[in-house]
Amino acid sequence: MLRFVIRRTLVAIPTLLFISLIIFLILHLAPGDPTSQLPLTIKPEVREAIKSSLGLDRHWIIQWLKWCQLMFINEPIHLFESLTNTCFGDCENRARIISWSSKSPALDTIYQRLPQTVWVAGLGLLFGTLIAIPVGIISAYKQYSIFDNVGTFISMIGFALPVYFSGLLLIVVFSVKLKWLPSLYDTTHDTQFTSWSSIWFQIKQLAMPVSILTLFNASQVSRFTRASALDNLNQEYVRTARSKGLSETTVVTVHVMRNSMIPVVTLLALSLPGIVGGAILTESVFRINGIGRLLLDSLTDDLPMVQTITFFIAFLTVMFNLVADVVYAWLDPRIRYE
Amino acid sequence: MSEPISDQLVENEELPEFRSLRSDVWRQFRRHRGAVFGLIILIFITLAVFVGPFLYPYDAWANDVPNRLLSPSWRHPFGTDGNGRDVLARVLVGGRISIAVGMAAMLFQIVVGTAVGVFAGYFRRLDGLLMRITDLFLSLPQLPLLLVILILFREPMTSRFGQNFGIFILVVFIIGVTNWMQTARIVRGDVLALKEQEFVLAAKSIGTGGGKIILRHILPNVLSPVTVAASLGVATAIITESALSFLGLGFPADFPTWGRLLLEAKDVITSQPARVIWPGALISLTVMCVTFIGDGLRDALDPKLRSTG
Repeated sequence: MLRFVIRRTLVAIPTLLFISLIIFLILHLAPGDPTSQLPLTIKPEVREAIKSSLGLDRHWIIQWLKWCQLMFINEPIHLFESLTNTCFGDCENRARIISWSSKSPALDTIYQRLPQTVWVAGLGLLFGTLIAIPVGIISAYKQYSIFDNVGTFISMIGFALPVYFSGLLLIVVFSVKLKWLPSLYDTTHDTQFTSWSSIWFQIKQLAMPVSILTLFNASQVSRFTRASALDNLNQEYVRTARSKGLSETTVVTVHVMRNSMIPVVTLLALSLPGIVGGAILTESVFRINGIGRLLLDSLTDDLPMVQTITFFIAFLTVMFNLVADVVYAWLDPRIRYE
Repeated sequence: MSEPISDQLVENEELPEFRSLRSDVWRQFRRHRGAVFGLIILIFITLAVFVGPFLYPYDAWANDVPNRLLSPSWRHPFGTDGNGRDVLARVLVGGRISIAVGMAAMLFQIVVGTAVGVFAGYFRRLDGLLMRITDLFLSLPQLPLLLVILILFREPMTSRFGQNFGIFILVVFIIGVTNWMQTARIVRGDVLALKEQEFVLAAKSIGTGGGKIILRHILPNVLSPVTVAASLGVATAIITESALSFLGLGFPADFPTWGRLLLEAKDVITSQPARVIWPGALISLTVMCVTFIGDGLRDALDPKLRSTG
């Protein structure tokens, strides 16, 4: 098991380096001049000086290596220091990735924005999974029943309703017509849950974004659970369990469900980074001040920020791929030594 | 699959009732009610979108400022927007891009995915490399990269190929490039299994070359998983294109697409809430039709289901 984990981790490192190179090349080899947003009255030599102060006059390999140094060495050290309140060497002046528009470290802004994204998207994934697993299992157990057909239809709707449409629909109904819920998400509001009114406010503003994400996630996960449970229901071990006199409830909840969860856990681990990417849409519908909006706002004029966010999401993808593989191997010993 | 078998059977005159693969597939497809409904509605939407604007009296770009922000009426069934443009006309024209992008991006990803899958599955030497590349593309963050590429390469593409066509190529290309991996994986798996079968061995033993085996024996046999992947591909491409337009990054601002119309509707959501419904409902309806058709095709192309049904 340990060897398996180590081997998978070692494969992840070149993958990450390669992804960072691809992102870097897309951003840097793109035509266009990063100083083109500056006023035209700036003299050419000043323009060149600005470029060289940003390090843009060097060869792209040097730029990429410098970026890697910041991303893979300096930033983790800084994160460790700020989490443990320690200081190694020249911690005050250590170079970090600086955003062009805010002139502050890009990752600090990302750390500030991340909680909102995780809070909304995470709740959506949590509720979606909690609904989807029982629905998927029952659908498989009663295949082609009314319950199964209705479930299939709803999950098809969930797949066909993109979040930017279902979100707007909910806003029309609950904010514009009924005036029950706020259409904008207010991140400045107290999140400490100090009073009942603030808890109620949070519930109200979370209701719409979380419920559309719940529908979206539930429709995917329930289809997956159903397929996986159907595979398991026909297995020999289920017949054995029944023939030794176990009750149907025990057979389904203990035997079938546990085994059907194996691929579902993988799916969940793999879809976690996807929700950060998908958050771009949810956050632009409800104007949530999360990482997706940060990316959208930085797109036109803040290269380091865009690069850092994109790489951050890629990093999450690779890490959760790794986690999914390890969890899979842990849950299902058959695949470990292949 | 259809060619070699049907040739053989047609020559054999002792078989009175000949059923080609195509008619068999069609017969099974018609049994799937959802798929047939989906196909009918999709044909209707496609016709409405491509032919409708020629029959409809209002132009999608004609400003009519005195009649701005009208509610739905007989003259303007969906009302008018902030410049007095007829919303129905814009919704009809907007569908062209969505459907065209959906189809083109699907073709792109199917061609790339099938090619990678076949080469990886058939040639052992390429397998490792191609699958590594596939895994790598799978771990790229899709939506963020789409946005970044769209922003960065917008200028050169529009200056070379013109405002709309340049963006069209760019959107199709980036959606295709970020979506071919699933097809490649499925095809590779199938090719790996097909390669070991007797008919491939037979073809090899009479000296058929690699290229010919792939074209005549392998490709027809991976047609059914590719078809299903294609229908899913259309659905994803339509949703992704609309998402890009919704974020304001797709086609030029004056060019209506369903996603762009949703973005416009979002700004007037308090005064004209109904405008959200039409473009959104059409995106969802189209995607649902395509999904149902894919479902029906999967059943129809599955020989096990076909023989029993």
